[in-house]
Amino acid sequence: MALTLDDVRRIAHLARIDIDADEAAAVHAKLGTIFAMIDELNAVDTEGVAPMSHAQDMAMPLRDDAVTESDHHALYQAQAPAVEDGLYLVPRVIE
Amino acid sequence: MALPSTTLAGLGAALARGALSSVELTREVLARAGAAQPALNAFVTLDADGALAAARAADESRAAGRAGPLTGVPIAHKDVLMTAGLRTTCSSRMLANFTAPYDAHVVDALKRAGTVLVGKTNMDEFAMGSSNETSYFGPVRNPWNPAYVPGGSSGGSAAAVAARIVPAATGTDTGGSIRQPASLSGICGLKPTYGLCSRYGLIAFASSLDTPGMFAQTAEDCALMLNAMAGHDPRDATSLPRPREDYTRELGQPLAGLRIGLPREYFGDGTDLDVAAAVDAAIAEYRKLGATTVDIALPAVKLSVPVYYVIAPAEASSNLSRFDGVRYGHRAAGYADLLDMYKKSRAEGFGAEVKRRILVGTYVLSHGYYDAYYLKAQKVRRLIADDFQRAFAQCDVIAGPTAPSAAFEFGAKSDDPVQMYLNDIFTIAGNLTGVPGISIPCGFTRGGLPIGLQLQANYFREAQLLGVAHGLQQATDWHARVPAAYGVQR
Repeated sequence: MALTLDDVRRIAHLARIDIDADEAAAVHAKLGTIFAMIDELNAVDTEGVAPMSHAQDMAMPLRDDAVTESDHHALYQAQAPAVEDGLYLVPRVIE
Repeated sequence: MALPSTTLAGLGAALARGALSSVELTREVLARAGAAQPALNAFVTLDADGALAAARAADESRAAGRAGPLTGVPIAHKDVLMTAGLRTTCSSRMLANFTAPYDAHVVDALKRAGTVLVGKTNMDEFAMGSSNETSYFGPVRNPWNPAYVPGGSSGGSAAAVAARIVPAATGTDTGGSIRQPASLSGICGLKPTYGLCSRYGLIAFASSLDTPGMFAQTAEDCALMLNAMAGHDPRDATSLPRPREDYTRELGQPLAGLRIGLPREYFGDGTDLDVAAAVDAAIAEYRKLGATTVDIALPAVKLSVPVYYVIAPAEASSNLSRFDGVRYGHRAAGYADLLDMYKKSRAEGFGAEVKRRILVGTYVLSHGYYDAYYLKAQKVRRLIADDFQRAFAQCDVIAGPTAPSAAFEFGAKSDDPVQMYLNDIFTIAGNLTGVPGISIPCGFTRGGLPIGLQLQANYFREAQLLGVAHGLQQATDWHARVPAAYGVQR
């Protein structure tokens, strides 16, 4: 599964990272060597092997459905790029 | 000023007997940190005012009869751990001006143990790197030779301990980021069992692999730090509820009858000859101490690098999606619309290696590729974990080199990501499986660079691991060697 330059532009868009033509070409070359290494996994027989998502096979713990967080919005928003009236400001998305 | 000791245990004892105060000690540590900064660049932020206030509080606690083994001892935290009110950058432009609103669990735990935080240590950006060359704030230099890397990603913590600036520092280990810099910088570095130390407040890179741990000069000091850092924390869903342990309890235990497993895969062609010789000598020392060795096989470990470079970027691409220029972190100055704001903010805020890993992760999780990459990697991860469990049926600890080579020169691997990644070939399996591992100094190359021995044990066997490491440190003095530039007036 060779990665194309179009793939690089597509995943950069999916990842929301601006990428120019020169950068895309440079990244394409580096990703090629990384995926050549990753493709070694194709040769491994994993028939019947259960995927391991985690170091400890444990069930997710449950806690009481109770409010445990207090209000920190002023502290957190103090370093947001732009806020107004307790809301985060972003460019208009609905005209 | 000369200090009565440079170790955590030694300084704790000196404070306890009143040989010096925490304020005096903290002033000296701050002076050393400032003096070494131009040469090493180990710190991103030094907090002299906060440190001296904490030191005064520690001295008052001691005067009031409330002091533990760590009260008043200055330490440093890796800049991936949140420190309330103090800049926390992940060595990224993205967070260059970010002040953490709360403490990470391990930061809080060490604060409650009475430690004095002197500063935040430099690292590879978002903990992605093995050489500290990806930091937005410039690389950390190796105290043994400034032309060489200190290892990474926790390179600043490793250098600060190696240069005898602080007796201990925290780190985080996702693929070797504690053990590899400990090896390359000639100190001890412990990665505990996954789930033993809470990840709350550790800015996430790869959540199923990220593990808080520590650097120190001795196994004993690592045990003292772990005593303070371990413990259940409901704020991290993967933190394990376990009874409290005293991790110093096996220090000084005889090693007679200890079974050391030697994986043939760790002693192959890829390992530097000086490294192999030093590791062999350490194992011979263990035999003299009464241990026996058994040959074991970890055939799937050779696949750990490709498995890691699917799983870690996949998790990173998800975790780092939070940096969007909306709630915190860098926002681009000019943009056309919301999508353009996201894209420009992330393009400017992240460095090349971080972007590369986000792109790899985005690709392996994208439609049509998930089974071929992510699911496949998770299955091979199981094969690697099964190898370790088979090995631990035959031995108590697994020994080998921490890294295939000693420190390398700046730029030596930075153009070839795969060569850089292969430096973690012996450490990554510990993260994929979650078993604890420690790197301890075991010798030097002919060029005078330190070499690390990695010891790994089964889940939750940190006390045994530290006891085994301590045994070698009682019989040899590799851990007490100090880089020439930092060895005066100690």
